[in-house]
Amino acid sequence: MPIANNTMRTTQILEIRNESPTVKTFVFTDRLCSKAKPGQFLMLWIPGIDEIPLSIMDTSNGIVSVSVKAVGDATRYMHTMQTGAIIGIRGPFGNSFTETRGRALLVGGGTGTAPLLFLAKQLSTKTDRLTFVEGAKTKEELLFLKQIGKICEYKNTITTTEDGTAGLQCLVTKPLSDVLDREHFDMIYTCGPEVMVKKIFEMTDKRKLPIEASLERLMRCGIGLCGSCVIGKYRVCRDGPVFTGAQLREIKNELGTSKIGIDGSKVPI
Amino acid sequence: MEQNRLTTNIAGLKLTNPTILASGIMGYSAESMDRVAKSGAGAVITKSVGIKPRVGYANPTIVQTESGLINAMGLPNPGIEKYVNEIKHAKTVLQVPLIVSVFGYSADEYAIVAKKAAEAGADAIELNVSCPHVKQTGAEIGQNPNILSEVVKKVKAETTVPLIVKLSPNVADIVVFAKAAVEAGADVLTAVNTLKALAIDAETMIPILNNIKGGLSGAAIKPVSLRCVYDIADVVDVPIIGCGGISNWRDAVEFLLAGASAVQIGTAVADDIKVFQSVNKGLETYLRKKRYENVKEIVGLAHRK
Repeated sequence: MPIANNTMRTTQILEIRNESPTVKTFVFTDRLCSKAKPGQFLMLWIPGIDEIPLSIMDTSNGIVSVSVKAVGDATRYMHTMQTGAIIGIRGPFGNSFTETRGRALLVGGGTGTAPLLFLAKQLSTKTDRLTFVEGAKTKEELLFLKQIGKICEYKNTITTTEDGTAGLQCLVTKPLSDVLDREHFDMIYTCGPEVMVKKIFEMTDKRKLPIEASLERLMRCGIGLCGSCVIGKYRVCRDGPVFTGAQLREIKNELGTSKIGIDGSKVPI
Repeated sequence: MEQNRLTTNIAGLKLTNPTILASGIMGYSAESMDRVAKSGAGAVITKSVGIKPRVGYANPTIVQTESGLINAMGLPNPGIEKYVNEIKHAKTVLQVPLIVSVFGYSADEYAIVAKKAAEAGADAIELNVSCPHVKQTGAEIGQNPNILSEVVKKVKAETTVPLIVKLSPNVADIVVFAKAAVEAGADVLTAVNTLKALAIDAETMIPILNNIKGGLSGAAIKPVSLRCVYDIADVVDVPIIGCGGISNWRDAVEFLLAGASAVQIGTAVADDIKVFQSVNKGLETYLRKKRYENVKEIVGLAHRK
């Protein structure tokens, strides 16, 4: 199907789950997006309010889940919506993480954990061992701990919080250094705040380890036309959101440093 | 000899091929436009830039319909003061001509922005007098032949680079506007910008775009833009750039036959950024099969009686 023909369709919110004080998961039916691969995103229309890009967190039998953090006007409004409310969906858009059969390390920060949970589910049947490192500001903001623990086994799960209320009191990058020196991984996957992604890229690049990172940018069209989400020569919505180590190296001057702002000028991150 | 067969010249702008990135598509950063150039475009056009920064509209800024795409971005841009740096940077990176698209709320504003863009290194200026979704600029300028004429004259007086005027199809008779623009000093005409359009969601019973109305592009408008090029070619002598729904070499050939000297491609970039390459390849093969030495030879041939 030509991407321009991926027209918006409306659907009802079937279920809303509280994941943390600031994150809710919304569940709905959508045939096209239920076939999405981990890493892909969709554009979700909040009628009369806004349209926002969201990573797909789970799919099964026509059902799709996305996790939304209340950070701006649109997402705060979405948190007030009830089951039965109508939303619009376009997508799935963008590329996806590539599967590895070897040992995988997943590193998630904040809501960046959502697409990695989707990936972990898919990898769990194919790899012998998954290690998950998750970081958040506080204990309450550590997302999907039970599900991650089940998939990766608790012994292969490391958690960090900035305030020390759970796991190690540090940034997610701190234990990573030891993990990378101690064990061999065939692929490192990461998603989260860009400053974190940049640090993890530098750590893997130094050790010559393969990495795939999902990036986030201001998005308008979602289909590679408007230029809002450009980083270097790449469009996050169309060429990403998942980028390889080689690509991250090409855009390292902008990675974690600057982005295109709402008026099209480069602004610091 | 692919290069030679596709080489053309539009009012002094030397192009290695007649495909051009349309304004509004990926055109903020030098790196982005360079990627399009390396994907085969013979020239690139920036997003429209004005005198002051504009954030544009909230989403949804596009609606994908069965027959085309409606957008109302709202002319987001950093303003010419900041953007001159990107123009200068782009000129050090690009190996194809850089055309800067300009909009304003008055003839003076158009002239100031165009002058600054040209001084920063723009190889040509394209006047956006046809954006259908921002009040008091774009189409509201280009839908009045007197104001259109005043804007073109002012810009022409302030700049020496080739001046392209992008016309609106949302008028009763586009020929009137083509003539007005050329008489006022336009060196080239682009035909056409998007068609004013609307999408309503049946379920929620409201318009989908944040701005309610937007501009329709893509395959749906090709027969309309093709007719506009054909009509304009009958009455003006300046080169015409065809724009609206071009996504493959056959579309490009049709526009050339209708009287266009080059074509702009925009919406088709969503499906494949390499569309420029594939159009050029197909066009080259077409010209060879039809035994033409250069693309210029087929411009306007459909007008033969």
